[in-house]
Amino acid sequence: MKIVLCIKQVPDTSDIKWTENNTIQREGLESIINPYDVYAMESALKLKRSYENIEITALSMGPAQAVDMLKKAIAVGVDNAILLTDRKFAAADTYATGKTIGTAIKTKIPDFDLIICGQFAIDGDTAQTGPSIANTLDISQITYVQEIISYEEDTLTVRRELEDGTEIVKVKLPALICVLKDTFEPTRAKINGITKAQNFEIKTYGFEDLGLSSEDVGLKGSPTYVSKAFRPAPKDTQCQYCSTIEELAEQIKMCGGLND
Amino acid sequence: MTKEILIYAEVTRDNYIHTVFFELANKAQELAQKLGDAEVNALLISKRGLAADYREAFANSGINKIYTVEGDNFETYSTDYFTVAAVTVVKEIRPEIMLIGATNQGRDIAPRISTALHTGLTADCTGLDINEKGQLAATRPTFGGQLMATILCKNFPQMATVRPKVFKPAEKDYVKPAEIIYKEINLDNTPKNVEILEFHKKLSTEINELDSAEIIVAGGRGMKNEAGFKLLKEFADKIGAAVGASRIAVEMGIATHEMQVGQTGKTVTPKLYIACGISGAIQHTIGMDKSEKIIAINSDKNAPIFDIADFGMVGDTFEILPELIKYIEK
Repeated sequence: MKIVLCIKQVPDTSDIKWTENNTIQREGLESIINPYDVYAMESALKLKRSYENIEITALSMGPAQAVDMLKKAIAVGVDNAILLTDRKFAAADTYATGKTIGTAIKTKIPDFDLIICGQFAIDGDTAQTGPSIANTLDISQITYVQEIISYEEDTLTVRRELEDGTEIVKVKLPALICVLKDTFEPTRAKINGITKAQNFEIKTYGFEDLGLSSEDVGLKGSPTYVSKAFRPAPKDTQCQYCSTIEELAEQIKMCGGLND
Repeated sequence: MTKEILIYAEVTRDNYIHTVFFELANKAQELAQKLGDAEVNALLISKRGLAADYREAFANSGINKIYTVEGDNFETYSTDYFTVAAVTVVKEIRPEIMLIGATNQGRDIAPRISTALHTGLTADCTGLDINEKGQLAATRPTFGGQLMATILCKNFPQMATVRPKVFKPAEKDYVKPAEIIYKEINLDNTPKNVEILEFHKKLSTEINELDSAEIIVAGGRGMKNEAGFKLLKEFADKIGAAVGASRIAVEMGIATHEMQVGQTGKTVTPKLYIACGISGAIQHTIGMDKSEKIIAINSDKNAPIFDIADFGMVGDTFEILPELIKYIEK
């Protein structure tokens, strides 16, 4: 089975600093692998440990520095890595990203069986790119996957965690799945993995390699655009401070708590 | 030609219309007026007969037309069949705007529909408006809730998803025709690739009590440890409240993800929200700032939570809560 593992680097949003002009200070912002994608990678590696003839290709779209993240993937046991990088890809929304990645998979890994994505990315938090890739490739998708249960010849059985309960679902391959986070012991790189990663040549493709039109990619290929970005304004409420427990309890009572 | 705003009427597994539909229908009335008397219409994909059963509820929520796709193939949600149905109807009626609830189902189908229609989709909006050019201006938090972005779309329909409880359903009934228009869908070229083998419904005790709670007591970093959350729970039980948490508390491992309120957790709108040891980062407040009343207890008098609180007390929650509990017991 050929697995395509979609991963991306995201800014560490827990550590954002503001400039004086209320814009995000991007210099010095740490890049991390999207936490949901870490779990996507673990799911792929677990399949590789449990079944024979599994080949994993990690794929990312982003700036050249994403090579580091892909090398780390190689070090922990991913077989191949592809980076889609080009200035023309920049500022793509989820539609253009889905189309670019979907086209890259169609042309560079046409015999894939399974695509694994993280359910969300913590920077945009849209959960849209996975389904958008699936639609571009015209394949089925399973979102909110908590666990891959089994793989049989041309089907995959998974467990989905949903608002109203748990579903066990069987999907015919090829298909795309989006995985949720779970607790797990991350696979550690072994010495030979690290050595392999050091000398590994990450395949890099740019705009010219995909046969898309410039109207399809990046900002130009994005139906949506940001008209305004701003720091959320605090709500204009005057807080009335309480100095004693009695006062506080009284307010709680007034607001509907502490009914007899 | 009359402009249309189309709302996806999500059907739950038990064949109810999801509450988020009524919230979106109400918000859409406002958008329709700004667009200049546009119609607010619904897209319902379901088992046979549901549109007829729900017609009055649709009429009362301000729906002009219910575009209905029904039949045995649509008894339970499937991404492939529902996408084909939705895309076929939307291509034919060409609405200006399409709104979908940001539920599991909505977030599964919305990007399939938008990609198939080559249009844009803005996820998880917290504000929807029509700008001076008549475009849908969709505002959403990004960068972990630290930045708000207003997003426009240059193709049609302009699509957006919105979480449950962000908008309110109508307080009084609208009276609209809610005319049912049946659409036939050809599924001959759509293979059935996905099979649901089992479904285990969550027991009512597992269903998140934050959704229906009138009072929520929530804890953050300031609750420090498991003992802190035990104290919080004790206080919550005393006043009949549900317990919520900030993302930090969840990351610290002293609260579960089900308890998380905020951008990556739940949006709640109780009558009273008591924030204990929560600093009030935007990532959290976005999920609770529509509570009717907010009370904050925090040792840091400069904590931003006090900016949105109606009442507050500066002090150590580990001292204040036991005293409150004692006071209540008296």
